[in-house]
Amino acid sequence: MSKPLEHDYIGLAAASGNPSMEKHTEKISSPSSASSTLSSEKENSSSLNFKETELRLGLPGTDSPPLPPSERKSGSGISLFGKDLQSSHNSTDTNANNGFSSSSPLKNTNVVRAKRVFSDAIDGSSGKWGFSVSDKKIGSEADFGKGASFVKPPLVAAEASANYEQKSIKDGGIVQEKKKPQVSSVAATNEHGSTPPAAKAQVVGWPPIRSFRKNSMASNSTKNNDEGEGGKAGYGCLYVKVSMDGAPYLRKVDLKTFSNYVDLSSALEKMFSCFTIGQCSSGGLAVKDGLSESSLRDLLHGSEYVLTYEDKDGDWMLVGDVPWEMFTDSCKRLRIMKGSEAIGLAPRVVEKSRSQN
Amino acid sequence: MPRIAYAFPDEVLEHVFSFIHSDQDRNAISLVCKSWYEIERWCRRSIFVGNCYAVSPVMVVKRFPKLRSISLKGKPHFADFNLVPEDWGGYACPWIEAMASAYPWLEEIRLKRMVLTDESLELISKSFKNFQVLVLSSCEGFSTDGLAAIAANCRNLRELDLRESEVEDLSGHWLSQFPDSFTSLVSLNISCLGSEVSTCALERLLAGCPNLQSLRLNRAVPLEKLVNLLGRSPNLVELGTGAYTSEMQPDVFSDLSRAFVGCKQLKSLSGFWDAMPYYLPAVYPISSRLTSLNLSYATTESPYLVKLVSECRNLQRLWVMDYIEDSGLEALAVSCKDLRELRVFPSDPFGLEPNVALTERGLVSVSEGCPELQSVLYFCRQMSNAALVTIARNRPNMTRFRLCIIEPRKPDYLTLQPLDAGFGAIVEHCKNLRRLSLSGLLTDRVFEYIGSYGKKLEMLSVAFAGDSDLGLHYVLSGCDNLRKLEVRDCPFGDKALLANAAKLETMRSLWMSSCNVSFGACKLLGQKMPRLNVEVIIDERGPPDSMPESCLVEKLYIYRTVAGPRMDMPGFVWRYTGP
Repeated sequence: MSKPLEHDYIGLAAASGNPSMEKHTEKISSPSSASSTLSSEKENSSSLNFKETELRLGLPGTDSPPLPPSERKSGSGISLFGKDLQSSHNSTDTNANNGFSSSSPLKNTNVVRAKRVFSDAIDGSSGKWGFSVSDKKIGSEADFGKGASFVKPPLVAAEASANYEQKSIKDGGIVQEKKKPQVSSVAATNEHGSTPPAAKAQVVGWPPIRSFRKNSMASNSTKNNDEGEGGKAGYGCLYVKVSMDGAPYLRKVDLKTFSNYVDLSSALEKMFSCFTIGQCSSGGLAVKDGLSESSLRDLLHGSEYVLTYEDKDGDWMLVGDVPWEMFTDSCKRLRIMKGSEAIGLAPRVVEKSRSQN
Repeated sequence: MPRIAYAFPDEVLEHVFSFIHSDQDRNAISLVCKSWYEIERWCRRSIFVGNCYAVSPVMVVKRFPKLRSISLKGKPHFADFNLVPEDWGGYACPWIEAMASAYPWLEEIRLKRMVLTDESLELISKSFKNFQVLVLSSCEGFSTDGLAAIAANCRNLRELDLRESEVEDLSGHWLSQFPDSFTSLVSLNISCLGSEVSTCALERLLAGCPNLQSLRLNRAVPLEKLVNLLGRSPNLVELGTGAYTSEMQPDVFSDLSRAFVGCKQLKSLSGFWDAMPYYLPAVYPISSRLTSLNLSYATTESPYLVKLVSECRNLQRLWVMDYIEDSGLEALAVSCKDLRELRVFPSDPFGLEPNVALTERGLVSVSEGCPELQSVLYFCRQMSNAALVTIARNRPNMTRFRLCIIEPRKPDYLTLQPLDAGFGAIVEHCKNLRRLSLSGLLTDRVFEYIGSYGKKLEMLSVAFAGDSDLGLHYVLSGCDNLRKLEVRDCPFGDKALLANAAKLETMRSLWMSSCNVSFGACKLLGQKMPRLNVEVIIDERGPPDSMPESCLVEKLYIYRTVAGPRMDMPGFVWRYTGP
C-alpha cells in the first residue's frame, strides 16, 4: 500500500512540520501487515483468542490469514505481544517496568503510547506503535520505561515538554510522549490543539471538573479580587460557545486564556481555519502547506467572515470595539458570521457605545 | 404434583409484582416466561433508561403501557468535561412527545445530560394532568420561559430540581407563575440559575407550600433574604443557601442563627457561595443535626472550615474544597465517625504549584478515622502507593473511589514508581468496589489487577494510563460487571477492542478518546456487531469513508442498542452504514 495521504491528524504539524507523521502511518497503514503481525504473535505467545471472536483487522473483502489455535493463558496474565517484545528487548534490567515482580511477560514493555507527538528528530524507522511488533527498535523503547528514574515534567509547561521530548529522543528511545496536541493554549483551544506553547496551557477536559463548577469558581475569583481579598486562586475560566456559519459543529473557548483580541482572533482562526478553506473533505487538505497565517487572517478579516458576539443584553455586536475586559465581562457567545450578514451590526455598535458613554 | 403456578390468576401475580420495585428484579421477572413478561409489563410503573439511544421511545411505549415515572440519560459522562461537541444529541423531545400521547398519567420525568427545549417543557406542563416530579440534571437547551410553563400549569408539582443544568436565564419572573392556590411543592432546586428570582415570589411560594422539605436557592439570593425565607419554611430538611456573604452585621448573624434553629428538621446544608468566615458559626447551633454538608463552593480558609466541620459530629456526607487541607481532614477523621462520603475539590486546578497543604495524607487520615467511609472523590497533587495501600487496607468497604491527581501521569512521589500497586491494592481489598477513577502514572499492570480483582466494578474512568492494548484487554475480559468504561488519552487500540467485541454488548457504553483505535476497526466493529452503535465523532478531516482505514479516530462512542442507528446524528458523528 502506498503511503497514504495523511492529513496532519492533530494539526500539531503546523508547529513542527512533521515528516514523521507520515512514517508512522506506514506502520499501521497496511492492514495486511497488521494481520500478519498478529499471526506472528499468535505463533509465539497466546491467548487473545482472536479467532473465536472472528474479528480481525483486515482489508474489507479479504480474510486475514487463519490464526493458529491459541494457547491457554497462564495465571500471570495474557501476553499479547509478550514474547516477541521480550525477544527484541536488549535490556534485562530487573528494575525495568517500574520495580514489579517479573511474573508478567510484559515486564520490559513500555510500548509507546502516544500517537501524536513527534518531532523532526524522531527516527521514523523506530516503530512507534505497539502493533509493530516486528520492529526491533521497540526494545530500545522499553529501555525508557525505567520507572525509577522516570519523572515527567508538568504537562502544563509545554515548552519544557517539547524540549524534554527532543532530548529523550536523542537518547535513542521513544518517549512516552505527552499529549501535547491535547494542550490548549492561547493560540488554539482546539481538542487537537496544534500550538506553540503558551503561558497557560491546559489539557482539554482535564482535570475533570464540571463546567458548572468551573464557571461558578471563575466568577468567584473575580469577585474576590474586587473585594481585595488578595485574589484567591480561582478557576479563572469562562467558556463561551463559538459557532461559525457553515461549520459542522460548535466549539467552546475559554476567554480567560486570552489577554487581548489578537490572541482570541488567531486562536479562532486556527480553530476554524479548515472550514474556511474550501472543504476539508477527503483529508487531502493540509492546512500547513499552502495557506499562510496572514492569508488566513485576510480571509477572516476581509469581507468573507466577521467575528461577532452576543452580549449580556442579547445584542449581537462586532468584536473589537470595547476594551478587552469589558468584552470578556459581557460576552455570552461568539459567532463567526459571513460578512454579508454582519452589515447591520456596525450602526448598533455605535449606538450602544454612544449610550454607554 | 399440582400445577399451582398455572392456577394463579394474573391479578394475583400482578399484586405480588407490585411489591417489587427494583429495576433489576423487574427485569428478571419479565424473563421467567411469556405470561410473566406480559403481566409484568402491564404493571411496570417506573423505568430507567441509562442510555436514551439504547431503545426508542416507541419501543418503550409499546412495551410498558402504564408508566408513571421515567428516567433517561443522554450524553456520555465525559460531556461534563467538554469532550463531547455541542449538538451531539441526547434530545429529550422525541421522548416527551411519545409520552405525551401514551401516558396521560405520567407523574415523574428525570433527565440527565439531555437537551430539552421550552416547547418540550410546555408540552410536559400541558400533557400530564398529575405531573409531580421534574428533575433536570446537567441538562440544557431550555430557558426560564419553559420553567414558567411548568410553574403555571403543573398543579400538583412536588419536585422541581434543576441541578447543574444550563438554563438560559431570561428573567426571574417565571417563579411568579406558580398560582396562588399552589400548595404541593416539596422540593425546589434552582441553584444553577444565574439571575435573581423575585424574593417576593419566593416568599409567597414558600408560604403557600407547608410541605416544603428541600429548598436550594441560587447564588443571587442574598443572605439577608435567607432569614425571611427560612422563617416561612419551618419543615425544611435540606437547604441550599445563596451567597453566604454580607456586611458583618450582628443582628443578621443572630437572625440567621435563630432561623436555622427554627428549622427543626434541617439536616443538610449546601450553597455557601463566597462563604464569609464571620457567618459560618451561625450554623453551629444546629451542627450536631447535620448529616450532609456541601461546602464545595465555600472559598473560606482552613481554620473556619475545620471548626465548622469538627462541630458536625453526625456528618455522613462532606463536600469541601481543598482549603480544608490535611489538617482539616485529620480533624474530620477525629470528629465525624459516621462519615460515608467525602469529596474534596481543587481550588486551583490549573495552577502549576500547589496552593494549599492538601496531600494524600488527608485522605489517609480520613480512611483511618472513619469506618463508614465508602465513597470518595479526591483531587490532589501527589499520591503514593503506600498511601493507597493503606487506604485500601483501612477501608475494604469502599464502593466508590475516584482519585484525581491533577498532573497527568504523575508517579508515586516517594518512589517515582507508577501507582499500579496502589490502585491494585484498592481493587484487591475493596471487594465491593463499583466505581473507580484512575489517575497518575499507570502501566498495563494496574489493568491486570483491575481485571483480576474488580469483579463488581461497574464503572471505570481512565485517563493518560497504560502502555498497550493489553491494558484494555485486561479490563474488558476481566471485569464481569462492567457497564461503563470511559477512556481518554491511552494507547489502547484495535486489537483489544476487536478481541472483546462481544463484551461490548454486555455493557451500556464505551467511550474512547485520543486513543489508538483506527477507522478500520470501527468499520469492522460496526459491520459485525449490528446491536452496537459504533459512533465516531469526526473532526475537520472529514468522514472516515474518505480516510485510509489505518487512520486513528479521535473520539469513539460505542453503546449497545436495540433501536438501530440513531436518527438524529449530527453531521460530525459517523456510523458505519454499509459495505
